[in-house]
Amino acid sequence: MAHHKISVTVNGSVESVDVPSNMTLLTMLREKLGLTGTKNGCTAGECGACTVFLNGEPVNSCLVLAVECDGAEVRTVESLARNGQLDPIQQSVIDHNAVQCGFCTPGVLISARALLDRNPDPTEEEIRDALVGNLCRCTGYIRILDAVKDAARVGAAPGTGGSR
Amino acid sequence: MDTVETTTPRPHQENAAPRPVGESVTRLDAHEKVTGEAVFADDLQFGPNMLYARIKRSPHPHARILKIDASQALALPGVKTVVTGQSTPGFIGLYLKDRHIFCTDRARFVGDPVAGVAAVTEEIAERALDLIHVEYEVLPPVLDPEDGVRPDAELLHPELGSYEVANFIFPQPGTNIPNLFKIRKGDVDQALSEAAAVVHHTFRVPHVQHVPIEPHVAIAKVDERGRVTLWGSSQSPFAQRNLIASALGISQADLEVVAPYVGGGFGCKAGVSMEALAVAIAMQVRGRPVKLRLTREEEFYTTFVRQGLVAHFTMACDAEGNLTAMDNKFYWDGGAYAEYGVNMTRGAGYSSSGPYDVPNVRTDSFCVYTNHPVGGPMRGFGQPEMQCGLEQCINHLALEIGMDPMDFRRRNCVKEGSNLVTGMKMHATGIGECIEKAAEAIGWGHKDPPSAPHKRRGKGIAAMWKAPAMSPNAGSSAWIEMSEDGKCTLGLGGQELGQGTFTVMAQMAAATLGIPYDWVRIASPVDTKYSPYEWQTVASRLTWSMGNAVVAAAKDARRQILELVARSWEETPEDLDIVNGNVISAKSGRSSSLKGLVVYGLAKPGDQGWIGGPILGRGSFMPTYVTGLDPETGQGQRAVVHYTTGAQAVEVEVDLETGRVQVLRGASAFDMGKAINPDLVNVQMEGGLVQGISTALFECLQLKDGVVRNPSFVDYRIATSADAPRDMQSIIVEVPQDDGPFGARGVGEHSMVPTMPAIANAIHDALGIHPGAPPFTAEKVYLAMVDAGLVK
Repeated sequence: MAHHKISVTVNGSVESVDVPSNMTLLTMLREKLGLTGTKNGCTAGECGACTVFLNGEPVNSCLVLAVECDGAEVRTVESLARNGQLDPIQQSVIDHNAVQCGFCTPGVLISARALLDRNPDPTEEEIRDALVGNLCRCTGYIRILDAVKDAARVGAAPGTGGSR
Repeated sequence: MDTVETTTPRPHQENAAPRPVGESVTRLDAHEKVTGEAVFADDLQFGPNMLYARIKRSPHPHARILKIDASQALALPGVKTVVTGQSTPGFIGLYLKDRHIFCTDRARFVGDPVAGVAAVTEEIAERALDLIHVEYEVLPPVLDPEDGVRPDAELLHPELGSYEVANFIFPQPGTNIPNLFKIRKGDVDQALSEAAAVVHHTFRVPHVQHVPIEPHVAIAKVDERGRVTLWGSSQSPFAQRNLIASALGISQADLEVVAPYVGGGFGCKAGVSMEALAVAIAMQVRGRPVKLRLTREEEFYTTFVRQGLVAHFTMACDAEGNLTAMDNKFYWDGGAYAEYGVNMTRGAGYSSSGPYDVPNVRTDSFCVYTNHPVGGPMRGFGQPEMQCGLEQCINHLALEIGMDPMDFRRRNCVKEGSNLVTGMKMHATGIGECIEKAAEAIGWGHKDPPSAPHKRRGKGIAAMWKAPAMSPNAGSSAWIEMSEDGKCTLGLGGQELGQGTFTVMAQMAAATLGIPYDWVRIASPVDTKYSPYEWQTVASRLTWSMGNAVVAAAKDARRQILELVARSWEETPEDLDIVNGNVISAKSGRSSSLKGLVVYGLAKPGDQGWIGGPILGRGSFMPTYVTGLDPETGQGQRAVVHYTTGAQAVEVEVDLETGRVQVLRGASAFDMGKAINPDLVNVQMEGGLVQGISTALFECLQLKDGVVRNPSFVDYRIATSADAPRDMQSIIVEVPQDDGPFGARGVGEHSMVPTMPAIANAIHDALGIHPGAPPFTAEKVYLAMVDAGLVK
């Protein structure tokens, strides 16, 4: 397997990583960089647990090859809180009891943050649409929808938010 | 939340309990779960020495294994070992030991593990699988449980009579029946002959899959002396320790199971499903961690499934609407190995009247071996499948006799002192209140117009009951260790699966000890080497059972503290209390913080030495009163520890043009004795309702010739954010449990038990059609409407 040296900005820091051609962005984050907050639920782009920002857009990181990320900017769930200050969407998810097992939560948070970045005042239908690719087996979703709605009301705290 | 009604005031005022019991405090694990810091098994790092395992699986539902040639695989660079059934001759199984870790002479389902590979990368391990050549003699499969009980059926386990079995499971040697549970109460034939109305229906409830978002993962390491460490996503670390050690012939003390947060379980991570494979492979490559992670595809067909059920009900009542008889036959599709299926068969039997007082009941509940995936526990443990048909029959019978289905249920539901199907007397229960409140919450009796002329609306209700189905003597234990500043660490062996058990245990410990909630830390991850024993995180039993152990441990620590301070102050412990982390005396008015004294003790006056020492509270709990049941009649003194009861009511809208069913609103009312954390109970009710909706409308594991045809999220659809009804009401009913901590009993699984029949009954209300077995897909409903002449 051919290996490639890529340079990628992950959560604001420039990383030089040696990756095989077939390695996904998800595997690179988890196994090369030890960023295990991003979860692997299906390796097929179906569950959304591995959602991260790639150049500001939410993507299923299990469907992106690491080599494609040479020169790119990636942000994961670990970037949402800054200096101990939670992103409003994180706080809102806690406040609404919208987390149970927590395995889908990192992906949900990224999809929600991406929605709020492009649409600060989404309707319930827009929230449902934005999260339809993030499967959750525990919560029944309504708490998550309400958490996003409330986070929109609060807006993004200074210095937090997605990669804009 | 503006739309979720919490009928419980905060803080809770009825059944006054010490704070923070009854308060909706924030989950202990919420912060680490939103930052990505929470550690799940797949997140553990083992370094470059780790090997990756993959499993060679049977492509046949039933076959004799004639020969396995692994020489080519072993020659592949990077492959470190290939393991087959020859290395694992011992038997494994929770209630009935009928399974080898790897198949020996026979494969019994598509996916049965035939060989395992460990290699330096996952890709090499995967490639090696193709280089293992297995010669099979294909045998005729059993693919339907009713076929499986025929006298001429192919025998899947000819050795059934020789298997080791728990004393409350009744295998029938020489058949495919690993358990037959019978109820004989009263005179069913007489009652049927005298009935004013009788209904008879058959339901074929399909297999479904748990599909937690986190797939199964296990990492095993065996040292040179053969001592084993297993890290995994597990609901049952102690049961895994016991079963795997027994199968391998090693001491339980030499097998350590470490179990971090579970990313969703719903039953599929209970017992042993794939973990022993990793251990058996690691045995051959000592010193190296071996990681086995199931693919999503494997997750669908190689781990436990919710087993299929063929259920026949005959049900009768008198002219006043009193239930008089039930005659039930259940054929459970247990799959290739008995595992939990034998106990679900039993649980369905001893609950086979549903939550109703019925004088005459005859039930035969068969667990049947088939060449399908292995039946495991899934949220509800057989009750959603069984009560799906039962509650539709109840509805039909009510309408047949001209009664409102809600009134019929209220009239017939069990009450304190009811003589249950097993002869056990019912304890106090709030089921009547649950039925009324659920119905009221959706405006029972009023029909709202549909949102469009081509749609029809209907309302449906279903009641439920469920007992923790477990070993009669399943135990729990806990410890509390104080730190220097008076805060404490709570040791427990039950697992945090998302249900919030760590949070409610901390609440109960804090309330009992007299310290603030945020002073309690949980000793996690659960590790069998350090954590106290817990049978399994199943059966919605933790709040009740582990809760009792935690309260006992906290009382023990509290007693030690009060005795110490009383001695020092020359008072009696009865005059002292711990309030908000301070010891106070009602008599002398003295007060002292816990700081220091809980570790260092207290100095005697005049520097004359010390009293006390580090405080360590311990507690354990085990029910001792459950008795055996007669194998022929199912009768006995006390079949179960208790029943949690409840009801759900839903309103649906059916599209006549497409057959699509939409759940507009749903109300859940359950009696959990005491809500330790009311909002955590609410979110269990919401999550259970949506999971129930998902199984009612979408989910079906499509099995054809033993092959699962839809092993992906694209082909096996579960509810998404688009499907959750906006209007979900959760109603807490609290009739205390006599032996529950603060009166509590479990409620986690119960919230998806009545959903399928409530929706079916609502569809009937909308269309006049009995929709039968789930899933009530648009296609099925549309075709039923065509058959009924509702649409052309």
